[in-house]
Amino acid sequence: MKQSNVVWIVVMLLAGAYLSWRAVSYQAGAVYVAPKIVVDADSGKSFTTWSKVPKVESNNLGVEISWPRTLGIWLSALFTLAIFSFLFGDNVFYKVAESIFVGSSAAYAMVVGFWSAFMGIFVAQLAPQFAQKTFMPGDDRTEPEWLMLIPLAMGIMFLWRLMPTGGWISRWPLAFFIAVFAGLRLVSHFEADFVVQIKSTILPLIVFAEDGSFDLRTSLWNSIMVLGTLCCLTYFFFSVEHTGVVGKISRVGIYLLMITFGVGFALTVMSRYSLLIGRMNFLLKDWLNLGASL
Amino acid sequence: MLKRTIPLIIASIVGIVLILAKFSHPIQSWETEVVMWFDILAVFAFVLGAGNLNLNNLKKISERKAGWGYAAITLLAFWITLICGIGKLGVPPNEKYLAYAWSGSYEAEGSAFWWIFNYVYVPLAATMFATLAFYISSAAFRAFRANNVEASLLLLTALLVLVAQTSSGPMLTDQIPEESAWAIFKIDTIRGTLVNLFNTLGTRAIMIGIALGVVSTSLKVLMGVDQSYLGGD
Repeated sequence: MKQSNVVWIVVMLLAGAYLSWRAVSYQAGAVYVAPKIVVDADSGKSFTTWSKVPKVESNNLGVEISWPRTLGIWLSALFTLAIFSFLFGDNVFYKVAESIFVGSSAAYAMVVGFWSAFMGIFVAQLAPQFAQKTFMPGDDRTEPEWLMLIPLAMGIMFLWRLMPTGGWISRWPLAFFIAVFAGLRLVSHFEADFVVQIKSTILPLIVFAEDGSFDLRTSLWNSIMVLGTLCCLTYFFFSVEHTGVVGKISRVGIYLLMITFGVGFALTVMSRYSLLIGRMNFLLKDWLNLGASL
Repeated sequence: MLKRTIPLIIASIVGIVLILAKFSHPIQSWETEVVMWFDILAVFAFVLGAGNLNLNNLKKISERKAGWGYAAITLLAFWITLICGIGKLGVPPNEKYLAYAWSGSYEAEGSAFWWIFNYVYVPLAATMFATLAFYISSAAFRAFRANNVEASLLLLTALLVLVAQTSSGPMLTDQIPEESAWAIFKIDTIRGTLVNLFNTLGTRAIMIGIALGVVSTSLKVLMGVDQSYLGGD
C-alpha cells in the first residue's frame, strides 16, 4: 500500500474516532424541539406541531430531541464535507453529492411551480369548489374562471413536442412564452436600467451648501459621477472611431471601468467568503457543537 | 403558415399588448392575466424539463454508460423530493382549518419537503457556492498581473476594498485624525469612494448598455426579425 494512502486512512480513522467521541459526549448535531398543540374550536380536532428550541432549553418540560432533524444536521454536514472534498480532486463523495443536488433542485423547482402556479392559480381558478374542499379552504371564489382553459390548452400544446409527430405545434405556446418574457423585460429594463439610471446621473455640477458657501466635496463628487459615466458610455459607443478626443475620453472610460471591475471582484470574493464562513460556522457550531461544555 | 407565421403573429400581438398595458389603464388587467398564464405555462415547461432529465438518465442507466450509478442517484433524489413535495408528506394542516388535511403549506416546518430543502438542498447549494471562494482566490492569484495601467487599477482597487473590509484593515490608517485634510486617505473613506462613486458610475454605464441591448433584442423578437426561437424548417 502506498504511504500516502496509509496516512489518509490514519487521518480518516482519527477523524472518525473524534466525531464518534464528540457525538456521544457533546451530542453533536442534536436538535431539540418543543411541542405546540393546536385545537380547532369547531370540530374539536387537535394537532401537534414541533418547533426548534435552543440547546440550553433541552431540560425544559416537553422538550425532546428530534431524531429526524438531528439526522438532517449530520447529513448536511456530510454533504458539506463531500462538496468540499472536490478541492482535493474529483471523487466519488463529491459526485454522489452533486447527483443528489441536481435531482433535488430540479424537483424542488417543480414542486414550487406545482403548488404556487398550477394548484394555487390554475386549479384554484378553474375548479374553486374542489380547491376549497381540499387545499385552499379559505378561498372565497365561487365561479370557475373558464379563461384558464387557454393556458391549459397551451400547456398541452407545449408537451406535444414529446410526441413522434406534430411537434411543431409547441411553437405556438413557445411564441407566447417568449413574447411575454420579451414584453415584460423590455419595459422593466427600459424603466429601471435606462430611464432611472440616466435620471440619477443628472446631477448639479456646482453645489452650494445650506449656508450659501461653495460645497467642494459634493461638487467634485457629482462632477466625477456625471463625467465618469459619460466617459464609460463613450467607451461602449462604437458608432464613431475611438481616435483623437473620443479615443482619449474612452481611454478614461476604460480606466474607470477597470476600477468598477476591481470593486466588483472584491465584493464577489467577499460574498463567497461569507458563504464559506457560514458553512464553517455550521460545521463547527451546529454540527460539532464546539464551544459547548460537558 | 401554421409552423412559422402564426407563432410570429402570436409573439407580436402578445408582446405589443404587454407593452401597451404599461401605458393604458383599461388593459392593465390583461397584463396580470397574461402573467398568470405565463406562470402556469412555466409549470408545463418544468414537466418538459423533468421528462428530459428522466429520459437522459434512464438511457444512461439502461445502456450501462460510465457513471450510470450517479444517474440512478439523480433520479432517486428527484423522485423522492417530488413525491414528498407534491404529496405534502408530513405537512400539518393549516392552524385555521384543521379539518382540511391538505390545507397546510407544502413547505411547512417539520414536513418531508421542508426537511429535504433544509438539510439537503440548502447545504449543498451553499457549499457549492462557498467552494468558489477557493477557486476565485486561486484564479486571481494566477491571473492578476500588474503589467499595465488597466490591470494595475483593477488589482489595486480589489486589494483596497478587500483590505478595508477586514477587521484589521481600518487599523492601518487609524493614526490619521478624522478632522484633518488627510482624512480622505483613511482606508474606510477610500473604500467608500471606490464603492459608492467609481463603482456606481461604471455600473451605471454598463446597466444603460444592457438596457439598450435588452430593448433591441426584445423588439427584434416581437417584430419577427429574430426567429431563432422557432428553430429550423
